[in-house]
Amino acid sequence: MSLEVLLAAGVASGTVLLLAALGEILTERSGILNLGVEGMLFVGALAGFKVGLETGNPWLGLVAAVLAGTALALLHAFVTVRLGADQTVSGLALTLLGTGVAMVLGEGLAGGGTGALLPTLTIPLLSAIPFLGPVLFTDQSIMVYVGLLLVPLCWWWVERTRPGLHLRAVGENPTAADALGVNVIRTRVIYTALGGALVGLAGATITMAISPGWNANQTTSGQGWIAVGLVIFARWSPWRALLGAWLIATIRRLALDLQGPDEILGIPNVFHLYQPATFFLDMLPYLLVILVVVLGSREAIRRRLGAPAALGVPWHRGERGL
Amino acid sequence: MSAPATDRGLLPVTLRVERRLGTPRWLPLAATLAAIGAALVLSGLLLALIGADPFAVFAHILGASFGDLYVLSDTLVKATPLILTGLACSLAFRMRLWNIGAEGQLLMGAWGASAVVLLGIFPAGTPGIILIPAMVVGGMVAGALWGGIAGVLRARLNVNEIITTLMLNYVALSFLRFWVFGPWSEGGFQQTVQFPRDAWLGRLTELSWLIPDVAGMTVHGGFLLALVAAGIVWWVLSRTRTGYEIRLAGDNPQAARYAGIDLKRKIVLVFLASGALAGLAGASEVSGTVHRLQDSLALGYGFTGIVIAYLAKFHPLGVIVAAIGFGALILAGREIQPAGIPAMIQGIVLVCVIVADALTRYTLRVVRR
Repeated sequence: MSLEVLLAAGVASGTVLLLAALGEILTERSGILNLGVEGMLFVGALAGFKVGLETGNPWLGLVAAVLAGTALALLHAFVTVRLGADQTVSGLALTLLGTGVAMVLGEGLAGGGTGALLPTLTIPLLSAIPFLGPVLFTDQSIMVYVGLLLVPLCWWWVERTRPGLHLRAVGENPTAADALGVNVIRTRVIYTALGGALVGLAGATITMAISPGWNANQTTSGQGWIAVGLVIFARWSPWRALLGAWLIATIRRLALDLQGPDEILGIPNVFHLYQPATFFLDMLPYLLVILVVVLGSREAIRRRLGAPAALGVPWHRGERGL
Repeated sequence: MSAPATDRGLLPVTLRVERRLGTPRWLPLAATLAAIGAALVLSGLLLALIGADPFAVFAHILGASFGDLYVLSDTLVKATPLILTGLACSLAFRMRLWNIGAEGQLLMGAWGASAVVLLGIFPAGTPGIILIPAMVVGGMVAGALWGGIAGVLRARLNVNEIITTLMLNYVALSFLRFWVFGPWSEGGFQQTVQFPRDAWLGRLTELSWLIPDVAGMTVHGGFLLALVAAGIVWWVLSRTRTGYEIRLAGDNPQAARYAGIDLKRKIVLVFLASGALAGLAGASEVSGTVHRLQDSLALGYGFTGIVIAYLAKFHPLGVIVAAIGFGALILAGREIQPAGIPAMIQGIVLVCVIVADALTRYTLRVVRR
């Protein structure tokens, strides 16, 4: 196991976290907290896999996954933006609902093969760069490149365009944005839906590219929740989300890899001396998420950087927020 | 306070969506019942959509969970951990602290109660009257500490408790697996040895020498513990100063701060108590139901607790009622295919409850212009 292989695998599986985190960043920048990421990831993973399996066309699967994620997100938008219900609970409900629906519709699909696969690509020229080439640009799934392109695109859209300015205004001070003629309700609905679309895409990336197939309730293994934590670590910045996604995914990968070989760097694998000790390796990614969220929160306090000011606060014209 | 009318039609009146200033007393209960009704209809439609017969499924759930006294006893067994996780969530949610880690705290509670038995703290043959209270305490302490981690991180470093409690669920499961696959494994199987009889919570069937009819009924002492816990939570929340401060901090943290309430201490306290309740659920499960530690213990009880808490509007009495309902769903759901149906129905119930909840805060009014 070489470092390049490990990092390449981390980049690949980090794409799931990255796409989901980018979606959640867009949603949260509009002031809507959507904790239903895990649920949307589940339905996206299932829709992609099932449609891909039945049509044999991965692109149709991708479209289905995006639609499924968007549909759930629109439910959240209706409940929280229109009705002003509590966003935390609505998100939790979305996770329960999405997980349940995916379990029901995915009945009997587990262990049923890999279905349709998204293609992998090797980028000419770029793949010849030493180290970076094999890690980033060799034989990676097309979704890895989609993720890589979306990071600067998201950053540019949010920070450098007029619609992005409106998005930030709605998330920071909806009343002021409304006074300036920005349609707060519509903006929030659109970005909640867009977030759901990206999370759906992330789900399809699991079942059609990173770990192909349907593994029932093991399919997402909490990656939706990890993505929510990642957004806090990333302080709502796409670039830091990229960094965090790669970091966490690489550790996840490492925790798996360390359970395999008899020797690591020429030393006998300590985990083989006592097999149950590998369960401590399984904890690592989740502990790491707690650690990065703690670090992110500390830095946010120190530098007085925080969440979008209106995050989680319902808004109705003419009413004062909480 | 109200949204201005946007519709400037020719009619002399217009409809306005207005925020209710006061809520009639009957409204929340009516809304909850309407939400449950809507959830049943929606679930039925979804069931029909996937080719199942909704009436057969609902009839099966009712029959398999309330059909006779024996299955009712089984329903109460399933409801026991749900009451406790529902209380754990209600207590935390009442202060607007999102403890989503009841699942992990339950597992740690089960571990703590098992450790009391399996680490050989008490000599073999210790009577149940000492062993069982020790297990209950062990479970509650382990659950409280597990919940306390998230509480301290939230209070000291302002770390989002949703993330920490959730991640700690996964960590707790791995921790438990280490023990049941490793040091405590029974001959390589993923479970511990069966606990000695003295470590079993009493079951109703043991009273059959007195009342012959209860022979075979498995409802155990954990159910009584859960009822007592519900009573205590009710009393603390509605009758004590601490409970008042928790409710105030939940409704209006700023006012609570101005009133001189130490919010940080309250956060840690609520997380400890919430974790202890979930830990008690774990202790009750290993001592009352499975009589050993195994990794397939939690089955989503922690997450069902969230739905129960919301359905009950955080009221302990409501938690008991809702937990029995969901106990029935889970009990009967074991035989329903596809296996995800109970989880799906739970999600639909929660969505309907929050929609109904939001709708009760608004009212439609005909306004003359």
